[in-house]
Amino acid sequence: MKYFEDIGVGERTAVGRHTFTADEIKAFATRFDPQPFHVDERAAERSHFGRLAASGWHSAVAWMRLMVAERRRQTEAARRLNEPVAAIGPALGLRDLKWLKPVYVGDTITYESEVIETRVSKSRPNLGLLTVRSTGVNQHGELVISFISTTFVERRPVNK
Amino acid sequence: MSKRHWEDFKPGSVVVHGPRLVTREEIVAFAAEFDPQSMHLDETAAAATLLGGLAASGWHSCCILMRIIADGFINESNSMGAPGVDEVRWLKPLRPGTRVRVRTTVLETRASSSRPEIGFVKCLFEMLDEQDTVLTTLTSPLMMRRREVARP
Repeated sequence: MKYFEDIGVGERTAVGRHTFTADEIKAFATRFDPQPFHVDERAAERSHFGRLAASGWHSAVAWMRLMVAERRRQTEAARRLNEPVAAIGPALGLRDLKWLKPVYVGDTITYESEVIETRVSKSRPNLGLLTVRSTGVNQHGELVISFISTTFVERRPVNK
Repeated sequence: MSKRHWEDFKPGSVVVHGPRLVTREEIVAFAAEFDPQSMHLDETAAAATLLGGLAASGWHSCCILMRIIADGFINESNSMGAPGVDEVRWLKPLRPGTRVRVRTTVLETRASSSRPEIGFVKCLFEMLDEQDTVLTTLTSPLMMRRREVARP
């Protein structure tokens, strides 16, 4: 991860893509969101979804998993160049999480994140706060998920 | 008993569901699968972060909260899911061994203007620990089927 000072508004990250299988959708929902339309094909057919659809939390955590992997790649690349790596996290929270379209079995969601605001933390002036809008688009080009999250990121150390 | 409809949710009503024990094992398992940052996986690494020790992924808190409310009342309601979440605040770390409950407050209810068969129930969900400290808050409009379809 880059230091706070090196991150600019408008910077985009191609986070990655994930294909949702029926087994995975049902396994996730059984653990965390066992509503009939997320765990049972026949119940889903009778619901407003029309067929089995992933829990919205599932399509959100798929982003997190891919984002952690992407940060790891960036960290490894920086280490190879002997560049310092800034710490990131934890997040303070999120807002405007929108589940705009269902994520159905077999859908592939491509995630992207864009920095929309950077500011120094008032309570912890040695840290920056990074506000990012993340989106997921399905294989038909439809936006299925969007949310805004705010995360602490380390500032560049001041030379003493 | 028949499942609850949109009409059965009254603004100002408060219910608490749980408790549920959150174990170290499940915190680490969730993180390994969905949020493999060291602050959710390893005590020593977590101690050096702002969390000051091992704590659950914020997404895990959301998922635990979801499960508690699904078991608590959503699966006994005519739920049609939710269009989204207005806000989540991760106020305090969720530590291993915490027994959490979820307090649900109905903030407002409104009929859908475009779809007469559904209404929205906007709720504030607060995840509480044993001392009633609020760890996470989540505000979301739930979509519920209406008992009677309003006719124009």
